[in-house]
Parts: sequence; C-alpha cells; structure tokens
Amino acid sequence: MRILKAIFAHTSGRIGGFIVGLYLLLAMLGLFGLTPHNPLTQYRVDRLHAPSAAYWMGTDLFGRDVASRLMTGIGQSFTVAFFSVAFATLAGTVLGLAAAWFGRRWDGLLMRIMDVLLAFPAILLALLIVAVAGPGTWTSVLAIGIVYTPIFTRVVRGPALSLKAREFVDAARTFGSSSGYILTRHLLLNLVAPLTVQVTLALAWALLTEAGLSFLGLGTQPPAASLGLMLSDSRNLMETAPWLMIFPGIAIMISILGFNLLGDALRDILDPKMRRAIA
Amino acid sequence: MTYLLRRLAVFPLVLIGVSIVVFVAIRMVPGDAITAMLGTEAGLLTPQQRAALAAYFGIDQPWFVQYGRWLLGLLHGDLGISTTYGRPVLDVILERFPLTLELALLSMLIALVVGVPAGVFAATRNEKLSDLGVRIAAMIGQSTPNFVLALLIIYTLSAGFGVLPAMGEFAPLWQDPLRNLGQLILPAITLGFAFAASVTRISRSAMLDVLSDDYVRTARSKGASARSVIWRHALPNALIPVVTLSGIEFGYLLGGAVIVEQIYALPGLGRLVLDAILQRDYALVQGCVLFIAFNFMIVNLLVDLAYAALDPRIRLGEN
Repeated sequence: MRILKAIFAHTSGRIGGFIVGLYLLLAMLGLFGLTPHNPLTQYRVDRLHAPSAAYWMGTDLFGRDVASRLMTGIGQSFTVAFFSVAFATLAGTVLGLAAAWFGRRWDGLLMRIMDVLLAFPAILLALLIVAVAGPGTWTSVLAIGIVYTPIFTRVVRGPALSLKAREFVDAARTFGSSSGYILTRHLLLNLVAPLTVQVTLALAWALLTEAGLSFLGLGTQPPAASLGLMLSDSRNLMETAPWLMIFPGIAIMISILGFNLLGDALRDILDPKMRRAIA
Repeated sequence: MTYLLRRLAVFPLVLIGVSIVVFVAIRMVPGDAITAMLGTEAGLLTPQQRAALAAYFGIDQPWFVQYGRWLLGLLHGDLGISTTYGRPVLDVILERFPLTLELALLSMLIALVVGVPAGVFAATRNEKLSDLGVRIAAMIGQSTPNFVLALLIIYTLSAGFGVLPAMGEFAPLWQDPLRNLGQLILPAITLGFAFAASVTRISRSAMLDVLSDDYVRTARSKGASARSVIWRHALPNALIPVVTLSGIEFGYLLGGAVIVEQIYALPGLGRLVLDAILQRDYALVQGCVLFIAFNFMIVNLLVDLAYAALDPRIRLGEN
C-alpha cells in the first residue's frame, strides 16, 4: 500500500503506472478475446482498409482488424515478458543466493558460468536458444529467461554477500535459526527492494527482446498476432498502408516507456541513495 | 597490474565456456548441415558423397572429437571452413567486421556528440523547463526500439521526400568513402538514437553530482567563470560514468546489430551470425560467437582500465 502511494506521489511513477495499467487491461481483453473483431477473421472485402469507425486502426493485407490484432499482440507480448522475467527472477535469485551462501568454490563456479552467459550479446544468445528449441511462445519465454538470469544472479549475489556478513545474520545463527530460515527471512526479505526495481526494468527489456525475436520471425508464429510480427509484416506495405507500421511501432514504444518510467520511479522510492542520480 | 593479470587469466576460461556452449547448442539445432547447405539438392547425393562431404567439413565425428579438433585448430588461428561460403571462417568474419566496427564507431560518435552536451545543458538548468524537455526526450529516446526507429526513418524518408535509404551493394570505406557514409549514416543514427538518450541521462546525473561537490564550489568562489567551472572543472569528472556506459554499449554494438543490419540490408557481423545459425553453418556460428565474445570481453576490460585511469581513487581489484 505504502509503495502504491509513493508511486502515485512520483510524477514518472504516476505516468508509468498509468501506462502499464492500461496495457495490462488491453492485454487481458486481448487474451480473453474481448476485442472489437476476431483477430483472425479475414474481412476480404475490406483488405488494407484505412482506419475508420468500423476498423479503428485499419485492416491488414488479409483484411484482419489491426486494433484487435494489436490487443491480442499486446496480450501475447506481455505473456512472454512476464513468464520470462519470472523465470529469470526465480533462477537468478536461487543461483545468486546459493553463490553468496555457499561461497568459495560454488561462488566461483556459478559466477564464471554467469560470466560465460554474459559474454554473449543478449539477442544472439536468444537466437541460439530459439534455433535449438524451434520458434514459438514458450521457446521465447525460455530464451529470454535464460538471457536475463545472469543479471538477476548478480543483483542478488552482491547484496546477499554483504547481508550475510551483517551482525543480525550472526545473531540469528547463534539463536539456532536454520539456514533456510535465515535465507528467506533475513536475506531474501532485504533483497525485495532491489529485485522489484530490476524486475520492472527487465520487463521492458523482455518486451523489447520478444518484439525483436518475433520481428526476425523467430518468436510468435503466424497467424497468431504479436507486436514484433505485425511490425515485420508491415515492411513491404509501408507506403500503401502506413497504419500497419505506425500502430504496432508506437504500441511497442509506449509499453517500454511505461515500464522504464515505473522502474525509474521505483528506484527513486526504494533506493534513496540513487534518488539524486536518476531524477 | 595483478588485477590486469587476474582478469586476463579468466579470459581463456570464459572463452572456452562460451565455445562449449555454442558448440553443443548449434549441434542440437534440428536438421543437418549438409541438407541446410545444399537444400533440395542434398536429396540427390549418394550416401557415400554425403559421408565424404561430412568428412571434408569434419562433422562426421562425435561432438567432443570435433571440439578437440576445433580447439587445436584455434591455437593455430584456424577456425575451420564455413559450409555456406566454402572459405575459412576467419576470412569471412574479417570481411564483415570492418562494417560492424565502422557502424559501432559512428553510432558512438553520434551518441557522444548529442548526448554529452544535452546532458550538461540539462544539468546546468536543473528543474527548469528546458531540463524537463531534455529529460522527456531522453526517456522517449531510450524507450524507442531501434527497429521501430529504423522503420519510422525509412517511412518518413520515402513518404515525405520520396527517397529510399542507400541500399544495394555495400561500398567499403576505403573504396568509396562518400557512398559508404551514405549507406551507413541512417543505420548509425538508428543505433545512436537510444545510445544518445542513455548518454544524456547519465551525463546529466553525473554532472549534477559533480556540480554539488566542494571543489566545484571552491572554483566558483575563486571567481572562475561559469563556463570554465562546467567545462574545465566539472566535466572531466562527470565523464567517468559516461565512459563506462559508452564502452559497454560499444562492446554490444561490436557484436553486430542483427535487426538493424537486416532492415538496412547491410552485410555486417549481426546478419552473418543470424544467417549462419539459420543455415546450421556450425564452424561459422562457433567462429562468430567466439569472435564477438572475445571483443566484448576486451572492450569491457579496457573500460575498467579507463575507469581506473580517469579516477585515481579507484583501485581495481579491491572490494
């Protein structure tokens, strides 16, 4: 509750929160099929129809309603982004805590593995994973999840190491608390703030990577809609039907803007040290 | 010095890790290299011909034998033969690399030339309307995916001015500098846009930090002009985080800009890797990824060293 209030008191938090909320609503409507038209129905007579009262954002080459496809596309992109970031957060937290807690060889081994993954440019690693597992929604989730796991591992490991050395952890140990209890109650709870910021920013990257993969034809597969795929399809029709490019393009941009604004606001609120630096 | 040695010692370890990951991963891609190379014509091959081709490219052995051979070749500077191009992998990579390097340098130049002055300008007008304007522009810039921007640029040019970006055969810098620049300027702006936005944001916040430092106040109280305080006293220190950010971004750009190269039809490293993965050109994928990872690590190391050189208070390797 306190966090929500703080977000609303923060200008970029308010704007970012509003954008993300609006997209969540659109994504839900899209996922549950509550769109103006069926996103797969082809209205052949109305092919490449410019935006109008009947088709708010026009129709595509097959006469499908762009607004409806945009809504299901947002639903699709958000599903991939949420699941992949959930994967990365979970895997990264477990690995980061393990590295910090067991220390020594485990720490060295785990962090070197993370170094290996970090030495790949993000899109390249994602491409490789998609090539192995074949394109599709869940492959994208896995690929993007793996790509961002090392970042979460690092975000968790650093603070976890310094928390582990603090007096209250020693005290808990002296009182006979189990490792599991200390890890969850003392370490994890104190990591919620940096993790929240990272999750919000990672959602923006995940949306970007998903759109990129789909743009290259390696993410969501047709006839399903996704923002990156719609944008890629618009390329050859740019001059005759610019709405096919403009709406998905702006939709991707604003969704990323929303998460970036929200992430910045959360960093301001949760990390007072960073407050001035970000502004 | 010990820090440098320690970092360099990790290099081969990470590179071996990277190569094993790629080696195993690319062999798990469904389908085989011979079919991918010859397409439908692969069906015309007799089993003997197929085996001979596999032996020629060294892909007839189990993966660990192939890996051992490849590693041995690597020590001699031999990255194998590309099945798609029928030429040594290193030659193919080095042919594509100048474009990627030039594009990365141009993008960084654009980002720094636009970003640093914009960030300094905003910092000196902290909380004023012009500061807000710069911050909003930077936030929007940072949130614009490069492929969206690329399409918007192409659309604006073709719909507004009736021109298309210079595509067609790529002209290397040393053969036709003007044509080369004409081909690279739009991709560079595309990649430099979000980069400039990040540079703006980080220069602004670094500058704000520095401007409130004691030594800047001292310089001011000694009667230094506002311009001299900003450019001579504050900026050099504010540049430290800018160097770090630019270095990391540059390192990423050296890996090739897969999507932007695809949109502008540029034969850079990014498209080379994408095609190599899609073609299951094992040797080429391995070579490219290793090359990219190596560059990335070198750039990161240089960034760390520059960081220490710019700020003598930072002693690398100490926690």
